[in-house]
Amino acid sequence: MNRISRRFEALRQAGRKALIPYITAGDPHPDQTVPLLHTLVAAGADLIELGVPFSDPMADGPVIQKACERALAQGMSLRQVLDLAHTFRQTDLETPLVLMGYLNPIESMGFEAFVAGAKDAGVDGVLTVDLPAEEASELANLLIDHDIDPIFLLAPTSSTERIRRTAKLARGYLYYVSLKGVTGSAALNVAEVAEKLTMIRACTDLPLGVGFGIKDPPTAAAIAQVADAVVVGSALVSRIAELAQNQQKMHAELAALTNSMRIAMDTTS
Amino acid sequence: MQSTVNFSQFPDQDGHFGRYGGRFVAETLMEALHELNEAWQECRNDPDFLAEFEADLARYVGRPTPLYHAERWSRQLGGAQIYLKREDLNHTGAHKINNTVGQGLLAKRMGKTRLIAETGAGQHGVASATIAARLGMECMVYMGAEDIQRQAINVYRMRMLGATVQPVTSGSRTLKDALNEALRDWVANVDNTFYMIGTVAGPHPYPLMVREFQAVIGREAREQMLTEQGGLPDALVACVGGGSNAIGLFHPFLNDDKVAIYGVEAAGSGIDTGRHAATLCAGRPGVLHGNRTYLLNDENGQITETHSVSAGLDYPGVGPEHAWLKDLGRAQYVAVTDEEALRAFHDLTRIEGIIPALESSHALAYVTKLAPTLRPDQKIVVNLSGRGDKDIYTVAALDGIQL
Repeated sequence: MNRISRRFEALRQAGRKALIPYITAGDPHPDQTVPLLHTLVAAGADLIELGVPFSDPMADGPVIQKACERALAQGMSLRQVLDLAHTFRQTDLETPLVLMGYLNPIESMGFEAFVAGAKDAGVDGVLTVDLPAEEASELANLLIDHDIDPIFLLAPTSSTERIRRTAKLARGYLYYVSLKGVTGSAALNVAEVAEKLTMIRACTDLPLGVGFGIKDPPTAAAIAQVADAVVVGSALVSRIAELAQNQQKMHAELAALTNSMRIAMDTTS
Repeated sequence: MQSTVNFSQFPDQDGHFGRYGGRFVAETLMEALHELNEAWQECRNDPDFLAEFEADLARYVGRPTPLYHAERWSRQLGGAQIYLKREDLNHTGAHKINNTVGQGLLAKRMGKTRLIAETGAGQHGVASATIAARLGMECMVYMGAEDIQRQAINVYRMRMLGATVQPVTSGSRTLKDALNEALRDWVANVDNTFYMIGTVAGPHPYPLMVREFQAVIGREAREQMLTEQGGLPDALVACVGGGSNAIGLFHPFLNDDKVAIYGVEAAGSGIDTGRHAATLCAGRPGVLHGNRTYLLNDENGQITETHSVSAGLDYPGVGPEHAWLKDLGRAQYVAVTDEEALRAFHDLTRIEGIIPALESSHALAYVTKLAPTLRPDQKIVVNLSGRGDKDIYTVAALDGIQL
């Protein structure tokens, strides 16, 4: 059992839901990434999704696009993201770390080199946004061979057939995209999410995370009632953008937002 | 040559040309692509759909386009006979309309009411806006903020046609970013929206579908060579950005082993300067915009900015079928500089009285190198993919003339 499965199992036994913050590695500065990860963990994060910046983030809204641009302007690369993950793992042996990004940087490094590097860095899962199940078997199987979970997206439009196919290849958890749109989009409909999650649960026993459009504690709490995990990205990343010049305040506000979601989720679930 | 490969059997059912192509998009788009593929597979075998497409090409676009023997230019170059496939004579002035007529009919069949498109130079945007006007559909064209400045005339044409031109300010603010933005729009509005991709790139079925709509160019040229000139050409030449005019010309000839095929990329200021858009000549395989293909990217897999005097070739990827043809050796890919393309632009204008698009001028520039190496009884077909009226401001500025 790897860190991700252990964490979900522990949460299940405690009757709690996972809170998964996302930040983009290298934003606003590479030196800030590991301290920010520790801040998020201290504020109640159960897992972390660490974004690998890409020049052409097709599935992301403006907030994460700009985060990618800021990180790339600092010279951030996949190699450096692995180094940051490694540094984080030196001081946090328990919190599962999932890399989230696009295929081309991985393809450019080479699948073997990437998977070996991720294993060495203490990475627990990899979510490749533009790699649907149909194209994923080579990378997914390589990850599984190294006990790293390939994490996959499911969408409101995913058919039962696609859900089954994706679930078969997936490990760790499935990430349900709560709405038709890009990251950071407007409003999600909790009832629609709940209905679709019921359909997905009929196809798989994997824990289900929900993300895209979760901005505040009430939404996080409502989603926590129906999902196993709540993913929060743009809401955090936009705070980072606003407060990049004031590190202390940036850490404080990120901690406050994360913690308020934590409390809201734990109170209702 | 690769006579063992039957080129008409590719791509496979998931859109693969060997290791290239495929569907590399977020899950949020997969069902939309399946829906599109099903509708397309139904239409491509439906005689009514094909008849409507043919009729529109004849009466709205003005096909077939002539195959013109550029006698004076051939004589001056002192080698092979050069034949121009006159796609510049199409309605809206380029080959782009062949594809938007086809995708427009498909959008109508699918019951979609809103068209979106990306555009670089604006030719595909104009062709999309034209079809949207004709079909009475809403049209949104995504265009890089940089390109909007470079291509003011086409922006105005699109707006006159009723389209909304949405400036894209993310990334490098050019064609690749416009494509990203169009994909984001499609994800959010997939129920009523049809995404018209303008080239043979993107996720399956786009490279196949756009090829099939553009292959009318090669089918006509092949027939015209056989009936008007008494035999197949010795060589084909076309410019390659994303590669739709080139695939359109090449595809019907791929199984003709003796026909040599040349795709001409934009070498910009020169490949060794790093300021170019010669993806196949100087790039390496990767994944962008939904397909695996050759890309211009740095050692970390980040997509790099491109340069070409011709906005229509200024793209860091290329259609996956070209990547495959390159690896197989069935087509040769070469590159010519901005300077060489400009010289060919002026030559054709002065010698044949035809003002070619800067994109097409890249193909012409390569012809000036190829023709003298062949005998006068040999024949080259070059795709004159568009007319150059849109480029006169660019050319005048480069010549130091203010209009």
